[in-house]
Amino acid sequence: MTTIVQTVSGIVGGMMFLFGGYVVLHGHLTPGGGFAGGVIVAASFVLMSLAFGSVEDSERSSYRFSSFFESLGGLSFILIGLFGYFAGHAFLNNLWHAVGQPLRLVSAGIIPLANIAIGIKVGAGLWAIFLALGASRFAMKD
Amino acid sequence: MPELYVLLVAMIAAAVVAIEIKDLLAAAVSLGMVGFSVSIAFILVQAPDLAIVQIVVEVLTVVFFAAVILRTTHIAPDAGRRIRGEMILPVVVFGAFALFFFGLAVQVFRELPPFGSPQMWVAAHYITAGLEQTGAANVVAAIILDYRAYDTLGEAVVLFTAVVGVLTIARQFGRKGREGNGGE
Repeated sequence: MTTIVQTVSGIVGGMMFLFGGYVVLHGHLTPGGGFAGGVIVAASFVLMSLAFGSVEDSERSSYRFSSFFESLGGLSFILIGLFGYFAGHAFLNNLWHAVGQPLRLVSAGIIPLANIAIGIKVGAGLWAIFLALGASRFAMKD
Repeated sequence: MPELYVLLVAMIAAAVVAIEIKDLLAAAVSLGMVGFSVSIAFILVQAPDLAIVQIVVEVLTVVFFAAVILRTTHIAPDAGRRIRGEMILPVVVFGAFALFFFGLAVQVFRELPPFGSPQMWVAAHYITAGLEQTGAANVVAAIILDYRAYDTLGEAVVLFTAVVGVLTIARQFGRKGREGNGGE
C-alpha cells in the first residue's frame, strides 16, 4: 500500500481498536454491545492487515490466534450462563444485578461480562473469516 | 380470531402431506406452505418483522429443496415398501400427535389478548421495569442479554457456525493452491 494509506492507518488503527473496546465495555450503558464492538475491533485488525501486511503471510500465524479467541469467547459466554445455573437459578440468569450503581460501569450483573465474551468471539470470528477469504483469493490467483 | 384456526388446520394438514406424499417436490411445496402459513399468522398477531424474516427463510428453504430435488430424484427412496397392515400404528400415532398439537395451539390462541386491546404490554414492562430488574441503563442490552439471553446464545451459535463453515470451505481452496505450488 502507499505511504498515505499506511500513515493514516497507523494513526487510525489504534483508535479504532480502542473505540471497539469502549463499545463492548459500555454495552450496558450506551448503544452498542458485544456484536457491534466486536465488528469494530475486527475492522481495526483488517485495516492494519490491508495496509501493512500480506494476507497470505499473516494467515498461517494468525489462524491459531483467531480460532483460540473465537473458542474462548464462545466458551466463556456459556460459562457465564452456567454461573446462574450453579447458583440455583435458571441458565443465563442475571446474577449480581444489584451489585454496583445503575448508570455506572460496574453494574447490570452478567450483562457486561457476556458483552465482553461476545465481543471477543465476534471480533476473532470476523477476523478469521477475513483471513480465510483473503488467503483463498491469493492462493487461487497464483 | 378465526383466521388463525383456519391457518392452524391448514398447517397441520400440510405437514402431514409433506411427510406422507411420495413425490419429493410436492413434499417440499407442502413444507413451504407450512412456513408461509406461519408468516401469515405472524402478520395477524402484529409481528411484521418476524413475518418478513420467516418469508425470506421459507423462500430460501423451498428454493434449495427444489434445486436439490430437481437435480437428483423426485421419488422418495422408501416409496411402496410399506405393507398396508404395518401402516395402522403409524397412522394412529400420527393422528394422536396432530390432535395433541391442535389442542396445544388452541390453548395458546385462548391466551391471546382480545381484539382491540393493546398488545405491547411485554415491551411496556421491559421499558418500565428494565432498569430496576437488570441494573442496565441500556434497555436493548437488558433485553438481549437478560430477558432474552437464550436468543443471544442462539445468535452467537449461528455466527460460530457461519465462521466454521467459511473456514472449512475457503481454507480448503487456499490449502490446495499452496500444496500444488509447493509440490511443483
